[in-house]
Amino acid sequence: MKLLRMTPGKGDVLLAEGDPAVAEDEERLVEEFRRQLDLGMWAAVPEEGPAGTREATMVRDFSEVPLDAERVIFFPQAAGG
Amino acid sequence: MRRRYVRNSARERRAEQRARELLCTTAGQEALETYERFGLLSVENDEYGYLIYPQRPLVAYDAVNGELLSEYCVRFRDGSDPEAGEKLPDADDVLAKWMALRADERELIGTANVHPLGRQLDPAMVRRDLAALRSWQR
Repeated sequence: MKLLRMTPGKGDVLLAEGDPAVAEDEERLVEEFRRQLDLGMWAAVPEEGPAGTREATMVRDFSEVPLDAERVIFFPQAAGG
Repeated sequence: MRRRYVRNSARERRAEQRARELLCTTAGQEALETYERFGLLSVENDEYGYLIYPQRPLVAYDAVNGELLSEYCVRFRDGSDPEAGEKLPDADDVLAKWMALRADERELIGTANVHPLGRQLDPAMVRRDLAALRSWQR
């Protein structure tokens, strides 16, 4: 699983990577996940639907991330423009 | 000394290219093609849809007759690196809107400032974009 963050001037950057089934990796992923939410990011998990359609799910806690998710994408919270 | 944003075209081109790759792997090849061809994305259900412009409002439309409905102004600003500015690359901006609409439309639309058509985008241009997109999708 990769934790990515969209950033100005760079595009996405890799924040952390690991296998959430491995305790040491999971700890690192959870820590980074929480840090990003504390920084005001939203987190989305891209998914592929049964008919091959592309979808996304917002997650607010690492426990909501499917174990087999390949990526979690962080981006700034939306604000009224 | 306080750092501030300085435009850097080469850096921004690289960031946009990277963002397009993320758009493709996340929303799919067709979404990337739509973005590269029309400069926008769309999300639609049986009743209504949205045109997603980079750094501009979402425009809601009636999916049955194509009538434009409202502008929804939302921004994703990141001030963590002042030298890079606050705006995400355009392809990241549309992807962020696409993901938020797909995942939690109510939250995104609840955050947006709602304006009548024409506040930021020329309705005639939006109508042309929608017609061209629908023609291409058929």
